[in-house]
Amino acid sequence: MSTLLRCDNLCFTYGKGTPFEKDAVKNVSLDIRKGEVIGVIGHTGSGKSTLMQMLNGLIKPTSGAVYLEDADINADKSKLRDVRFRVGLVFQYPENQLFEETVRKDISFGPRNMGLPEDAIKERVKRAAEFAGLKSELLDRSPFDLSGGEKRRAAIAGVIAMDPEILILDEPTAGLDPMGRDVLLSQIEAYHNARNNTVLLVSHSMEDIASIADRVLVMNKGECVMFDTTQSVFSRSAELEAMGLRVPQITKITTELRKRGVPLSEGILTVEQAFDEIRAILKKEGRI
Amino acid sequence: MEFIKTENLSFYYESEEDEIQFDTVQNVLDGVCFSVKRGEFVAVIGHNGSGKSTLSKHLNAILLPTGGKVYVDGTDTQEEDKLYDIRRKVGLVLQNPDNQLVASIVEEDVAFGPENMGVEPEEIRRRVDKALKAVDMYEYRLHAPHKLSGGQKQRIAIAGILAMEPDCIVLDEPTAMLDPKGREEVISAITRLNREQGITVVLITHNMEETVDCHRVVVMDKGRILREGTPREVFSQVEFIRRHRLDVPQATELCAKLQASGLKIDKLPLDAKECIDLLSEVLI
Amino acid sequence: MIRDITLGQYFPGNGILHRLDPRVKVLMLISVIVLIFCTFNFFALSVVVALVAASVIMSKVPLKLYLKSMKAIIIVILITSLLNLFYGTGEAIAQWWIFKITQAGIRNAVFVAVRIISLVMVSSVLTFTTSPTDLTDALERLMKPLGIFKVKTHEIAMMMTIALRFVPTLLEETDKIMSAQKARGADMESGNLIKRIKALVPILIPLFVSAFRRAYDLAMAMECRCYQGGKGRTRMKQLRMHGRDFAAVAVVAAVLAGVILCNIFL
Repeated sequence: MSTLLRCDNLCFTYGKGTPFEKDAVKNVSLDIRKGEVIGVIGHTGSGKSTLMQMLNGLIKPTSGAVYLEDADINADKSKLRDVRFRVGLVFQYPENQLFEETVRKDISFGPRNMGLPEDAIKERVKRAAEFAGLKSELLDRSPFDLSGGEKRRAAIAGVIAMDPEILILDEPTAGLDPMGRDVLLSQIEAYHNARNNTVLLVSHSMEDIASIADRVLVMNKGECVMFDTTQSVFSRSAELEAMGLRVPQITKITTELRKRGVPLSEGILTVEQAFDEIRAILKKEGRI
Repeated sequence: MEFIKTENLSFYYESEEDEIQFDTVQNVLDGVCFSVKRGEFVAVIGHNGSGKSTLSKHLNAILLPTGGKVYVDGTDTQEEDKLYDIRRKVGLVLQNPDNQLVASIVEEDVAFGPENMGVEPEEIRRRVDKALKAVDMYEYRLHAPHKLSGGQKQRIAIAGILAMEPDCIVLDEPTAMLDPKGREEVISAITRLNREQGITVVLITHNMEETVDCHRVVVMDKGRILREGTPREVFSQVEFIRRHRLDVPQATELCAKLQASGLKIDKLPLDAKECIDLLSEVLI
Repeated sequence: MIRDITLGQYFPGNGILHRLDPRVKVLMLISVIVLIFCTFNFFALSVVVALVAASVIMSKVPLKLYLKSMKAIIIVILITSLLNLFYGTGEAIAQWWIFKITQAGIRNAVFVAVRIISLVMVSSVLTFTTSPTDLTDALERLMKPLGIFKVKTHEIAMMMTIALRFVPTLLEETDKIMSAQKARGADMESGNLIKRIKALVPILIPLFVSAFRRAYDLAMAMECRCYQGGKGRTRMKQLRMHGRDFAAVAVVAAVLAGVILCNIFL
């Protein structure tokens, strides 16, 4: 897979030159490849939100650079908007940004800003709504009449409609109930599979990350402390816990059992995998 | 003796107008019989729109039933002249911590409730300090709320209710907007209040891990109570929980699956530790 | 960023001005403002300037913050001074086209500039050294006599308290909404005036929606905490006058007398 987005020694300091000066992001260098799903974890204030906003040029790094296909995104200010169309960012609680009279108009806000012709906009709205799981009869309703979960999906569709090569979602499942969360995650996964674009998912839910990510980026105190496959990151549970982060409960259980001598694989991420391995052991011993 | 009791509580919005645009989900209640004993820690779970939030707002007369009755400490919540008596006995903490703090300084905010109740100044001071200490926020008493973390703000909101010295605190999804650290802070604060000060707690949530330590879990769907029991009794019914769009802890799920494929398990585990203990006994 | 606005922000501290009774501070501010506009000669003005400078120093708030709040109105000062400069009557010192500068014009320009600067400085002293809650508290108590004219003093003070509490929250929210719309390609920096005003719609609508939702939540939260208006309400913090408060009143009274004397005799 080829590198799509590259961060080179990225730093950002809030309130530079004031008594409130604070390093939000320190020397972050990383490569993001085309078509991968990256989970981003770290607790509030670890710099992950700042980092995400640097990736689409909303925040300009104090030093270092972001390269989108080898072009420095901050080199030409007039091209920044085009970068934002290619690197789509869905903020936390995105339903708070809905503003148009109808859902359709709201979703077309992005494509219209791109200067697309009307029929292309129409096509994009339709496709984005489908990906986000919005029923077509909702498109002509006011976004303020939708339920909480529908509003969230409408807002996400508003970014998907720009057809970004990289889609960044900042805590897309926050505040949803378990069912809403599962549905949204599977939609994101389906969208990724259909478009083969790159997805960055910021989440506090390790279970969500474990179920969807190929690689996991761990931020702590403004630094990127781990960036590796999901399995290897979650098998370093002791280090994560020292940073105040958890691992999925199932990973914690199987890691501990493995430590006590049960022959399980390292970094088990799902209940299904744990169940299969334990059942196999029990079968072999003739216990079930 | 029940401290709070609802009898066949029903609630629906009379007209479209009443249905405030901010809660677009139609939260109705349909014959709910719910009770809480003094000193109990009860969790009410259900997916969004199951009616659990609507129920919570009936417990301190923010909403009044359209059918049936709600009694708080023996008083009918529809008795208008007892309204403030009821609200000082049952405090309600809401979901969004930002939207329930009134003042720009933590201690002034906590004082808001007792000030409204006409408590003497020295007594307010004592209650504010006590409430802030109870939620471990005393050292932040002179801070501005907007500079605190979500978990800290939510604990200030709890302190604001505590300062009214209620018998019972109802929390309507207090952790839904918090990060894991904030969640833990809030849950451990309310657990402590229940254990150490004997305050009755009703916790509305859809996060199952938060309910593991409570006395009783009540499952709601479509405005009705479906089932209640100890956390272990409720979570052992993995299929039932799943069917009602809720989660079971992964530890419980794993063991339930093993149980279904023939492994003999007497007591399904609720958390990682219990699961590890159980499985190491089986596997080693 | 929007969040950096300092005009009217409390700077916690423990200096003498921080500890003064807020009612005294509000009354002092009002008398100093009156003073500023009652100075008709340079002596009187310098007495006032000295008083303002003294209070700035005594506030123990970094000068930088004062300058920052000054930055917001520097254009107002420039424009009013320039207007005054050219509107003087009398003999022209310099003249160009329809503009002429007279001695009176220069005098007026300097006066206006010094007055506005003093005004901003002294108001900032109050807002830097007095917490917003103390301020509304003081106003509520000072306005109490207006109650006999059926003015709802408690309600006004409550509204101010809530407004102060929610200003930072809404500023932060504005910032967030702006970023979110920019992420969808909203262009707020280019185009003519009409285009720019139009570009505000995607920000203002969500902001209003959120403000109303917050108001709805807050009203409910206040009801949960037994709020029933000002009737029967007590306050945790009682305001009591101390020696330092009387001393402060005395100083301001002395300066007031001094200025009146300067105005009459000089």
